[in-house]
Amino acid sequence: MCTVCGCGTSTQEGASVSGDHHHHHHDEHDHHHDHAHDHHHHHPDHDHTHDHDHLHLSEGLVDAGAGAAGLHAPGLTQERIIRIERDILSKNDAYAHENRRRFARTGTFALNFVSSPGSGKTTLLCRTIQDLKQRFPIAVIEGDQQTSNDAERIRATGVKAIQVNTGKGCHLDAHMIGHALDALPLEPNGLLFIENVGNLVCPAGFDLGEAHKVVVLSVTEGEDKPLKYPDMFAAADLMLLNKADLLPHLDFDVGACMAAALRVNPRLQILTVSAKTGASLAAFYAWIEARAAAARASTA
Amino acid sequence: MHEMSLCAGVVGLVEDEARKQPFLKVKSITLEIGVLGHVEPEAMLFCFDAVSRGTIAEGARLDIERIPGAGWCLDCGKTVPLTERFGACPDCGKSHVQMTAGDELRVRELEVE
Repeated sequence: MCTVCGCGTSTQEGASVSGDHHHHHHDEHDHHHDHAHDHHHHHPDHDHTHDHDHLHLSEGLVDAGAGAAGLHAPGLTQERIIRIERDILSKNDAYAHENRRRFARTGTFALNFVSSPGSGKTTLLCRTIQDLKQRFPIAVIEGDQQTSNDAERIRATGVKAIQVNTGKGCHLDAHMIGHALDALPLEPNGLLFIENVGNLVCPAGFDLGEAHKVVVLSVTEGEDKPLKYPDMFAAADLMLLNKADLLPHLDFDVGACMAAALRVNPRLQILTVSAKTGASLAAFYAWIEARAAAARASTA
Repeated sequence: MHEMSLCAGVVGLVEDEARKQPFLKVKSITLEIGVLGHVEPEAMLFCFDAVSRGTIAEGARLDIERIPGAGWCLDCGKTVPLTERFGACPDCGKSHVQMTAGDELRVRELEVE
């Protein structure tokens, strides 16, 4: 801390303060500030206040009492910089890690379905559940801002579904999923489908603990959507190009859409399907079975 | 507006820190946000005021430092600047570039008293 103007210093470990407040007057204090701040950085669990580190040196004088307003009382909190260096999403990621452990314990293969609103996610899930429910125990977590309409559609297929209403939230986060899991008993070696809030932007950054994100894009949307919303396509492992039954009526260029998606994410796998007619869904089911087996093998 | 929950995440990290070591007030919070990520700095500033109200972070100034994009070009075997997440190498023009910087989303430091 600067004792002349009371402002914080900007000179530790290559950091810079982004304000335009210059600190010419305390250049000679720099190495002492370094020491104090390094101390905080390396011992973040200690809660003593480090006032003893604020030794101010000028012209050969070491003045241990030169705190704010010339006062220096042990234990008095003074201005200081605390280096945190933590990802903003670290809390979400910790919840996601816990969800992943829960899934590993029950052998649950979890998929996080993301898309813009209206791509046909719920219809796709209903169809998939109908076709796979004899082979796997299936549970669903539905995310929407309001209503439990989607969970009711899923429940009509005969599987358990929990609706999470995010209210003003634009995405599901790992903490919400943890709460939903408390109310949703998972049968061993089953599938969990998480239908995220319809939104191609916000859910991209939030790990829910799933094995894979599956991005659903319908052919009634623009074929350049992967370029317009790259984060989501970069975060996904599988893209389902849905509503393929409508292709004869549209000018949608499937090849251009795939090229755009692969430009954003060269590892992305892509299947062109129709949830309505069931076309190519067998390939999606084969993908689920193969990936679920691989996931179980790696966590067993 | 996922910036709302990101700001809540920032406030959560500040509260964590306040439990570890006592401070009364946060003067500023320095964030590092990559230019290639999905976060709009303007929206962060807007949301932070609302989200921090009533918390120990209320009234703190949010300083946002942008981290430029960079990637490793597999063909050139070196780090090159990136202006798009899926951009081509500015030297060889090919798209075999793995992003190595630019999607940061980090709280770097707090200025507290």
